[in-house]
Amino acid sequence: MAAANPSVFLLMVNGQVESAQFPEYDDLYCKYCFVYGQDWAPTAGLEEGISQITSKSQDMRRALVWNFPIDVTFKSTNPYGWPQIVLSVYGPDVFGNDVVRGYGAVHVPFSPGRHKRTIPMFVPESTSTLQKFTSWFMGRRPEYTDPKVVAQGEGREVTRVRSQGFVTLLFNVVTKDMRKLGYDTGPADTQGIAGPSLPQGIPR
Amino acid sequence: MNPREEKVSIITEESTANDEDAEVGRREKSSKVQRQQRKKQPPRADSEEMVTGKAQPGQEEPEMHLLSMPARRGPRSLPPIPSMSRTGFAEFSMRERLREKLQAARSKAESALLQEIPTPRPRRLRSPSEKELETEFGPEPCKESQATSHRNDSQSYSRVKFHDAVQKIKSKPQAPPGFPSAEEAYNFFTFSFDPEPEEPTVKARAKNRDGTHQEEEGEEESPAGGMNKMVLNVIARAGTPQKDEEELLGSQDAKDFLLGLDPAPDEFVVVRPAEYEGTHTWLEKEKELLFFPSRRAVPTWKKLPENVQPRFLEDEGLYTGARPEVARAQQNVVENRLLRQEPERKWFGDDGRILALPSPIKPFSSRPRPLAQEPSAQAGLETHYKKAVKYVHRTQHVVGSADPPGSFQLDIDISGLIFTHHPCFSREHVLAAKLAQLYDQYLARHQRSKAKFLTDKLQALRNAVQTGLYPEKPHQSLDATQKTIKEYKSEIRETRKLRDAEQEKDRTLLKTIVKVWKEMKSLREFQRFTNTPLKLVLRKEKVDQKADEEAYEAEIQAEISELMEEHTEEYEQRLGEYRASYQQWKAWKKAQQKAKKKKKKQAEEHPEGEAEEELYPGEEPVKPIPPELLDHAVLEQQARERAAHSRRRPGEPVLLPELSLTGSVTPDDQCPRAEVLRREDVKRRSVYLKVLFNSKEVSRTVSRQLGADFCVHFGQIFNLQIFNWPESLTLQVYETVGHSSTTLLAEVFLPIPETTTVTRRAPVEEVEFSSSQHVTLDHEGVGSGVPFSFEADGSNQLILMTSGRVSHSVAWATGDNGTPLIPPPSQQSLGFRSALKRADAISSIGTSGLTDMKKLAKWAAESKLDPNDPNNAPLMQLISIATSGESYVPDFFRLEQLQQEFNFVTSEELNRSKRFRLLCLRSQEVPEFRNYKQIPAYDREILEKVFQDYEKRLRDKSVIETKDHIDTHRAIVAKYLQQVRESVVNRFLIAKHHFLLSDLVVEEEVPNMSSEGSGILGLSLFKLAEQKRPLRPRRKGRKKVTAQNLSDGDIKLLVNICRAYDIPVRKPPASKSQQPARSSRTFSDRHAASPGAHSPPHSPDTPLSQVSVRPFVEVSFQRTICHTTTAEGPNPSWNEELEFPFRAPNGDYSTASLQSVKDDVFINIFDEVLHDILEDDRERGSGIHTRIERHWLGCVKIPFSTIYSQARIDGTFKINTPPVLLGYSKERNVLLERGLDSVRSLSEGSYLTLFITIEPQLVPGESVREKFDSQEDEKLLQATEKFQAECALKFPTRQCLTTVTDISGKTVFVTRYLKPLNPPEELLNVYPNNPQATAELVARYVSLIPFLPDTVSFAGICDLWSTSDQFLDLLAGDEEEHAVLLCDYFLFLGKKAWLVMGNAIPEGPTAYVLTWEQNHYLIWNPCSGHFYAQFDTFCPLKSVSCLIGPDNIWFNIQQYDSPLRINFDVTKPKLWKSFFSRSLPYPGLSSVQPEELIYQRTDKAAAAELQDRIEKMLKEKIMDWRPRHLTRWNRHCTSTLRHFLPLLERSQGEDVEDEHRAELQKQLGDYRFSGFPLHMPYSEVKPLIEAVYSTGVHNTDVPNVEFALAVYIHPYPKNVLSVWIYVASLIRNR
Repeated sequence: MAAANPSVFLLMVNGQVESAQFPEYDDLYCKYCFVYGQDWAPTAGLEEGISQITSKSQDMRRALVWNFPIDVTFKSTNPYGWPQIVLSVYGPDVFGNDVVRGYGAVHVPFSPGRHKRTIPMFVPESTSTLQKFTSWFMGRRPEYTDPKVVAQGEGREVTRVRSQGFVTLLFNVVTKDMRKLGYDTGPADTQGIAGPSLPQGIPR
Repeated sequence: MNPREEKVSIITEESTANDEDAEVGRREKSSKVQRQQRKKQPPRADSEEMVTGKAQPGQEEPEMHLLSMPARRGPRSLPPIPSMSRTGFAEFSMRERLREKLQAARSKAESALLQEIPTPRPRRLRSPSEKELETEFGPEPCKESQATSHRNDSQSYSRVKFHDAVQKIKSKPQAPPGFPSAEEAYNFFTFSFDPEPEEPTVKARAKNRDGTHQEEEGEEESPAGGMNKMVLNVIARAGTPQKDEEELLGSQDAKDFLLGLDPAPDEFVVVRPAEYEGTHTWLEKEKELLFFPSRRAVPTWKKLPENVQPRFLEDEGLYTGARPEVARAQQNVVENRLLRQEPERKWFGDDGRILALPSPIKPFSSRPRPLAQEPSAQAGLETHYKKAVKYVHRTQHVVGSADPPGSFQLDIDISGLIFTHHPCFSREHVLAAKLAQLYDQYLARHQRSKAKFLTDKLQALRNAVQTGLYPEKPHQSLDATQKTIKEYKSEIRETRKLRDAEQEKDRTLLKTIVKVWKEMKSLREFQRFTNTPLKLVLRKEKVDQKADEEAYEAEIQAEISELMEEHTEEYEQRLGEYRASYQQWKAWKKAQQKAKKKKKKQAEEHPEGEAEEELYPGEEPVKPIPPELLDHAVLEQQARERAAHSRRRPGEPVLLPELSLTGSVTPDDQCPRAEVLRREDVKRRSVYLKVLFNSKEVSRTVSRQLGADFCVHFGQIFNLQIFNWPESLTLQVYETVGHSSTTLLAEVFLPIPETTTVTRRAPVEEVEFSSSQHVTLDHEGVGSGVPFSFEADGSNQLILMTSGRVSHSVAWATGDNGTPLIPPPSQQSLGFRSALKRADAISSIGTSGLTDMKKLAKWAAESKLDPNDPNNAPLMQLISIATSGESYVPDFFRLEQLQQEFNFVTSEELNRSKRFRLLCLRSQEVPEFRNYKQIPAYDREILEKVFQDYEKRLRDKSVIETKDHIDTHRAIVAKYLQQVRESVVNRFLIAKHHFLLSDLVVEEEVPNMSSEGSGILGLSLFKLAEQKRPLRPRRKGRKKVTAQNLSDGDIKLLVNICRAYDIPVRKPPASKSQQPARSSRTFSDRHAASPGAHSPPHSPDTPLSQVSVRPFVEVSFQRTICHTTTAEGPNPSWNEELEFPFRAPNGDYSTASLQSVKDDVFINIFDEVLHDILEDDRERGSGIHTRIERHWLGCVKIPFSTIYSQARIDGTFKINTPPVLLGYSKERNVLLERGLDSVRSLSEGSYLTLFITIEPQLVPGESVREKFDSQEDEKLLQATEKFQAECALKFPTRQCLTTVTDISGKTVFVTRYLKPLNPPEELLNVYPNNPQATAELVARYVSLIPFLPDTVSFAGICDLWSTSDQFLDLLAGDEEEHAVLLCDYFLFLGKKAWLVMGNAIPEGPTAYVLTWEQNHYLIWNPCSGHFYAQFDTFCPLKSVSCLIGPDNIWFNIQQYDSPLRINFDVTKPKLWKSFFSRSLPYPGLSSVQPEELIYQRTDKAAAAELQDRIEKMLKEKIMDWRPRHLTRWNRHCTSTLRHFLPLLERSQGEDVEDEHRAELQKQLGDYRFSGFPLHMPYSEVKPLIEAVYSTGVHNTDVPNVEFALAVYIHPYPKNVLSVWIYVASLIRNR
């Protein structure tokens, strides 16, 4: 392996799906998966995962804590199609059916270091009030055909969604050989220590 | 005093004073008022009493209540209430009070009548008017003020009233507790106490009243309850005054009180009715007092002074700002009020509106918006570590931010400072400075020597004139010469003047220098010491006296002559002028004289008018003075004078002054005290300079002492490290005197150096400065800014300011490698940086070098920027500067100004990059690259190979590839098809990116109430209660998988081979004279279904014991081959499931890609033949040595696209058996002969039962949802939609077709495709007398056109219907095209024909053709050319959904849709729902088909050539497929077969078998022969090869096998080719 002249760069992401704020719901679990471009390939770790079911904390925060680890490494030749993590949260409704409680996606941070991200979650809305009622009653809420839809911009205009809550993610990002391939994601030293994640909760 | 008058006065007093105290005080003395006020203070001892006593004042309650109530609704519901009017009340109250007081004061001797009678009457009278008043009050809220004032009054009144009541209470010791109601009160006031109450005394009356009270109490208790609160209120309010009154009454003598009250204490009281003032008068009075500002808009003229037009400042270009928002009505009210109050209109502006400051409210909030998600308290307290960031200077927009900041350097070299004046200058210094200055000036002039230059020029000009006047070569035109001479002359004149001036200046300068020097010398002498080392030496230069004189004289002469000339010229001119004007004057004079005469006459008549008339002529032309010619002498005199003045006299030595500093300065001890003081003062002074960069101090020089010569030498160089282009460089001169303060003398602004000036090349420059400070010194120093004089008498004063020069040099430093450290030029401003600095908007626009000034101006105009707003001033200035053309404004518009900066490589280089190209192609979704993964990061890692396929394809687009097609026409067609396909695919790709909700969101559909499929909502709710695991589970549909998230190996194709019928059986090779297995049957036999008639004679020698056939099935799909076990007998049963992996092309599992999979599933049936190859019979006992041969019996071909779109294929299919199968025959089972055979014999061929599906089930793609545009009538389109909706509602599974898409992508009504069209002429001529045979032939012709499903060619996008001519040109199409063409032919043949839309196996939804023969219907399969009777069980058409005729569409509304069970009589509306009916008649749609089809005869030679090529190619292929074996070709056999093939074509592959066999037997007697002819329409070579390969003929290992292959192509018109391939293997029998 010619370390001096790499042909791919590596992106290691670890971290965890820390917690969520879903004021109305309880006993939720989440799934995550990564969506990435054609030039990307996972080399190690799990691309998708499904967490345990967690209940709300009894304190004031009413947080749903999963602390569900993420650890995956990608290789790529091209930053285009930078991986995004897609989260979908599920939980039981009043009748005990598992329904979706939120979808959300965020890009894996570009710069190495520790990043905290809070993603707003949303669910697709029923197309009509009657639909809404029946879907509520039958426990078959509208869902995306594929959760990965939320990571793409195409075709979103046909859907209507409702915001549901927030999920907080923690990423530790390490890159290798990006500079050598000519991609500069910013000086590591100034970006460090949790500094850059200034506007929390606004994923870009 | 008249009581009436008094009352009035009291009323007015009441209305103003509004307080009873005041009123009382008025009437009594002021002392009393004081007392009352004092008495107000005591605690309310009587409050209790008052509460208890509230029952008594019942009479007042209603009024009080009413009056204190703001709302007027309550009172209205009550009976009419008296005394609403203030006047009435007041009047009454006064009267009553008077009476009460009287009563109290005097003994109760007065009669009650006097008290009571007057009251009720007016009240009664008033009640209606009061009502009226009420109604007026109600709707008018603006009368509120009136109401309140009224209320106030009434309050006071009520108090008054209350007193009465209280007095009454007082007078009566115990009041009966009760709650008098409003009505009661009203009754009391309005009740007309008729005579009876008049008679009794007060007491009696009181008693009486008590009585009534008590009575009423009982009656009216309940209504009274509600009033309690009000009553209490009133009492509370009335409490204080009442108390006063009480005490007043109690403590004071009543008489005193009365005396003070009544001006004329009469013993008698006049009885008269209460004064009443009508509402109108009351309103009148009110009007005087009150003013209601109108809401109407005030006309502008009212708001402005008379005869003044409104002036709109904004229109005049003054900034007014936006006025704050105020409602229009509000403004009007204010305006009206102001007009009324202050008529001088000072509140109105020039524009007639109220003055208003601009709205101070900012349109945006200055408070930062709260964050989207409020961070928790914890997060807020957390400390974030941030690395210190170097502050980057941001006064300007640094464009080249990539440059490392601070790498630029500016070197400022300050060498020294010289004062040209300083307060400490002595007089001598002043002179010295002056002298030095003059000397400098002299030197400068001397260096330039302008006078000499001008003299030379003059000389040259004179020479030119000389030569011009007397030209040696008179070739020039006289005019031109004249003109030039004239010009020369004028120039001479100018030059002479200039020279004279210069010379004069030189001379005066010299003179001044000498003068100053003299002054200085005298001053030195006078003061007896010298301060300056200045010394002037005048050097004299001797000149040649004579030559000098001559030159002088010559010069003067020349000058004189020139002057003379000029003068004459001028004289002439002026003379001309004079004459003209003289003439004029003369004429005027004459006129004047005439006029005078006239006037004289007139004057005689009107002596007075003369004076006036005198004025009339106006300006009298001055009599012109004739010019005089100047004398030569005079001129000479002038010239000489001038020369003497300005020029060195001839012979006078030339004086050259030289200033030197060689003089000696008198030492201090020889100087007077004042001078010593001065020198000491100078020594105490020191000077330093501050260097300011961008008006910030960056460094300063050392402080240097001022020298005696007032020079300071610094010699310091400052290196300024800068980030940005400097805006200003300033030096500040500071002076320090001793240890005291520092004063700023002056500021010097240094120019910013050019980018070319670099250190070591920069010249030292001097910049002057001066200060305005005033300094007076007490020593010899002359001071600064103060007058001083050189003269002893103090005259001729001078005022000098401190001034000096700084010598410096500013330059850019050079870096180590010699590059100048200059900020990039992009940072340089273009001259209006100062304007830029202030306005943000501009500075951000201006960062790009202000290239788009016009755009900015346009933007400013568009955004309606107020040009008068001070905030926008810099912007406007900038725009005006830019647009006025002072700066360079490009006349082009740069769309992307920053694009240039992003062009990091040239576009050629970009195009050369393989990686970039790959990325581009991938993003364009070019099929080859659509799914390309991991494009390498470097060009070098991309192999050129990657593009090869793509480039080849691109090349092929233009080049017709003949290799694959052989036939050029097909090649052209193929190319055309490719193009159509590409365009459609592109459209599809676009459409693919249009998403529907259902593509993205899975949503349960609302259960439809009416549809039977999903059931009623209630039912589905009922389902909820269903058991999760029912005892009898019902079959559920498999879950469908969307194709997108699949990968290789996920999809499997399952083929379940069940069984087969009627497999051909082997014929024993021995029986050579076998009877034909089937007799030749006529056409009519086949559908006549006459069982028994054709039971073929069976070969009697069929050995029952022998296994007739051992068939097995081999399925190949995507080159994967699986086969079943071998079964036995002609009706085998396998029941085996074969599994095939499926790979999508390019790993693309999208729907579109799957739909375009062209692969077929080949299901071949073979007979496994065991050949004993034991050479030696002796070994038979010990071993078996057999060879397995497989003989192809037939095949079934199912395209994958059909499976994909159908999801599953289930049914019995006819096996495609070759027309001639040598060595095999259809076995007729003798045993079952009369049983099943009767049915089976009807069908020919063999059948295979299959079940094919894909696991997991894929969601079939849908056709493009894009709504195609149409040229059809909108009404028709609506009707089609309606029709389809209706049909779909009834039979959702039945396909209803009304409109289709033509090849250009337009929607066309389907019946337009049906129209009689002529089949090829030659086909009609074959069987001229047999229409049935002709029909068959035509059907065969149609079936010979290759089949190409739309889903394959158009990637499953949509069903395109091409017209028949297009179809014939393309020579490819799917069922619809075939069916349409066949139907059109049948129509032409005069048959009744329809298009049948329905489902068939294996095609799925398809189109067949239905014809009506004499008494029965026939169903034609257009793709195979076969036809079936309606009741044929083996008809592949399984369901019929609609029929399409040339003029109508019928939808099947019968219960069943199987052709066996339906009635095809479309005239029955109960069975068929027609599209065009009586309500919507057929509008006579024109056909899209051509008028007539034109058929070219196919070139026979070309066909023959093609035939040879195909044969050669196939032979090569077969040899290729047998790489390990020798392939021998039996020529004899081949030629036999070749002769045989045309026969097959002629007979359409039927009825020739036996003859053929016999023939073969005869010729190839000793060969074991196995082979068969294949027949197919010709499209391209590949399918032919595939077909040959699939037969497996080549798969024989027999060592001495020989092969025979013959190809025959029969050409039909229009290039339709029928291909026959005969393959056989021969084994020589031994």
